[in-house]
Amino acid sequence: MIDVMEKEKTSSYLADFAAFEESATARSLPSWIPPLRRAALSRFSEMGFPTRRDEEWRFTNVAPIERVPFQRAGAGRNALLSDRIAGFTFDGLQAATQLVFVNGHYAPELSTFQTLPQGVTVSSLAKALRDDAALVEPHLARVAGFEHQAFTALNTAFLSDGAFVHIGRGRIVEEPIHLLFVSTSTGGDEPTVSHPRTLIVADENSQTTIIESYAGWDGDVYFTNAVTEVVAAENTVVDHYKLLRESDTAFHIANMQIRLARTSSFSSHSLMLGGAIVRNDVGAHLGGEGIECTLNGLYMGTGDQLIDNHTTIDHAMPHCNSHEVYKGILDGKARGVFNGKIFVQLDAQKTDAKQTNKALLLSDDAQINTKPQLEIFADDVKCTHGATIGQLDENAIFYLRSRGIGAQEARSLLVYAFAGDIIDRIKIEPVRAQLQKSLFAQLAKGPGAEEAV
Amino acid sequence: MLTIKNLQARVEDKEILRGIDLTVNPGEIHAIMGPNGSGKSTLAGVLSGRESYEVTGGEVLFEGKDLLELDPEERAREGIFLAFQYPVEIPGVNNTYFLKAALNAIRKHRGQEELDAMEFLKLVKEKMKILHMDQSLLNRPVNEGFSGGEKKRNEIFQMAVLAPKLAILDETDSGLDIDALRVVADGVNALRGPDRSVIVVTHYQRLLNYIVPDFVHVLSKGRIVRSGGKELALELEEKGYGWLEEVAAKEALPVTA
Ligand SMILES: Nc1ncnc2c1ncn2[C@@H]1O[C@H](COP(=O)(O)OP(=O)(O)OP(=O)(O)O)[C@@H](O)[C@H]1O
Ligand SMILES: [Mg+2]
Repeated sequence: MIDVMEKEKTSSYLADFAAFEESATARSLPSWIPPLRRAALSRFSEMGFPTRRDEEWRFTNVAPIERVPFQRAGAGRNALLSDRIAGFTFDGLQAATQLVFVNGHYAPELSTFQTLPQGVTVSSLAKALRDDAALVEPHLARVAGFEHQAFTALNTAFLSDGAFVHIGRGRIVEEPIHLLFVSTSTGGDEPTVSHPRTLIVADENSQTTIIESYAGWDGDVYFTNAVTEVVAAENTVVDHYKLLRESDTAFHIANMQIRLARTSSFSSHSLMLGGAIVRNDVGAHLGGEGIECTLNGLYMGTGDQLIDNHTTIDHAMPHCNSHEVYKGILDGKARGVFNGKIFVQLDAQKTDAKQTNKALLLSDDAQINTKPQLEIFADDVKCTHGATIGQLDENAIFYLRSRGIGAQEARSLLVYAFAGDIIDRIKIEPVRAQLQKSLFAQLAKGPGAEEAV
Repeated sequence: MLTIKNLQARVEDKEILRGIDLTVNPGEIHAIMGPNGSGKSTLAGVLSGRESYEVTGGEVLFEGKDLLELDPEERAREGIFLAFQYPVEIPGVNNTYFLKAALNAIRKHRGQEELDAMEFLKLVKEKMKILHMDQSLLNRPVNEGFSGGEKKRNEIFQMAVLAPKLAILDETDSGLDIDALRVVADGVNALRGPDRSVIVVTHYQRLLNYIVPDFVHVLSKGRIVRSGGKELALELEEKGYGWLEEVAAKEALPVTA
């Protein structure tokens, strides 16, 4: 009975698959892609959408996503004016390389290119599959496996476009590279789905900063099912920022998997503000000695938003450090979920792993479910984790107000202070400024804001 | 400037202020003394708009305005400043940023132009000099990790920058050594002027050697049981509060009988 229901829900994707395979975008790719897609599709149809009986999805019900008859947006619907996306770019980063995707399709007319060092490639994934297949094939779908992840399987089944970044050996890219994925349901009024795929490959001794943005306009209904794979070779420095500003009626499911080699240094900053249902998985595999891995996250939910973060840090080798700080700000009836796994394998002696997870609840109806999960098989390691849930300090609010600062501003100041350490660790000033602006705008929208005035 | 008439207030179900009458004219300094738990901080809190106190009767006029109708921030903008008995630590909020936001909110309310970063810094440096404050405190989060004395000085520093019309000091002198005490007194005296008033809540007459009050009031069990000149403070220092409480109890007897 249940199986039949599950099948029905996945069937629209299954039915669409044949049409997708016939489409021009799908057909222009190398011959090893179709079998990969079919394998992923069959895995997806076996698994179906996750249910809350699945431990990994205990607090996140994806039924609302299943219910909407999303349509794959064809290429060509992306005739968006560049001034419409201007709000999603960063003041002060205009000169940077910026790839823009609309509903998952690369939009060259909206993209800008700076001169990049030789040996650095930034292109659409579709182009890379045609021109640089030898660079793509060893990694694509190998870092983010789809055996146990239905949404990643679905993404892989519909794999056709996305972003590809390759930083050659020893290359240093100073300016951040911005990958901007905008989605919209307008121009047809049908809810649209996209499965953007990003592959970032950093060769030995290289250094780069990547910003992945996902954005849309409030009221638009769409589903972004994104997968990102990062491969950082020996002694690389990779800083990754993900800034989520999806429409308040959008669904965003994302899985980023990172494979780190010896003495590499990787940081991820997941900054999440929009979306009706957001699920953000980040997983790092530390496969060499001397790796520094930082996973930070900041999310703010209002209204009925659900923001679910799952992270995994897999210490497979000795002498690696991982630092993780996730903070959530929840207003209205918003719900947050945090699940942070840290594995320390038998060989991973001298591991130093720190995890902190904090939530600030701005209203009585806001909720957080949090679960640290440490599995340690080595004996000479340092692992700490801490979780706190709190509310704004009324005494602090009164103190600020007693000096003339308005109630709303006092709250904003305190919320900003709560998030401060994560914001301070954002090294790109324009991103920090944008985040602050979005955060304050979001705060002003919240019901807590009205109560306070 | 400030007129308090028959003010009554409670916390939860506990009656704390039981009818306070007090008039503070421009330029005056009033000291309020009284035993622990007599309601001094409650009075200060009610005047600054702390919401945990429920005013159950009476009225408070500040420059003719009904003070009790105003939000805490509106009171501050009108010119009331409370130096907290226990200043609050606010991790993550920078002291300078906070004070600039406060000052500009007040200036805006008064129709003055907001100060930019340079102008603000100039003002702040001036005031820090008067108070012998260590400049590094400016760049730290508000009160976080400050010593007791540093917190009290920071209160007076804020007062100096915000230049209120009515400053209420709630035991700013408690726990201070004599040097710090002088600094606090200097800060208050620098603020003095014909149109500025101060209410000093204290347990010790010591402070009143440096900040000389025009009036001294004794608060006991939520009432002002005695008012006098600065010599009353000396008398209290000598005799304690016991005798006054006895007097008050006798006076109250006919009412309870
Ligand atoms: N939030 C509160 N909840 C319950 N009781 C309170 C609260 N605040 C004050 N009180 C009580 O009200 C009474 C008056 O307190 P208040 O702090 O005004 O005294 P005070 O005169 O300032 O004393 P001190 O000299 O110790 O500072 C005390 O009995 C105190 O315990
Ligand atoms: Mg007190």
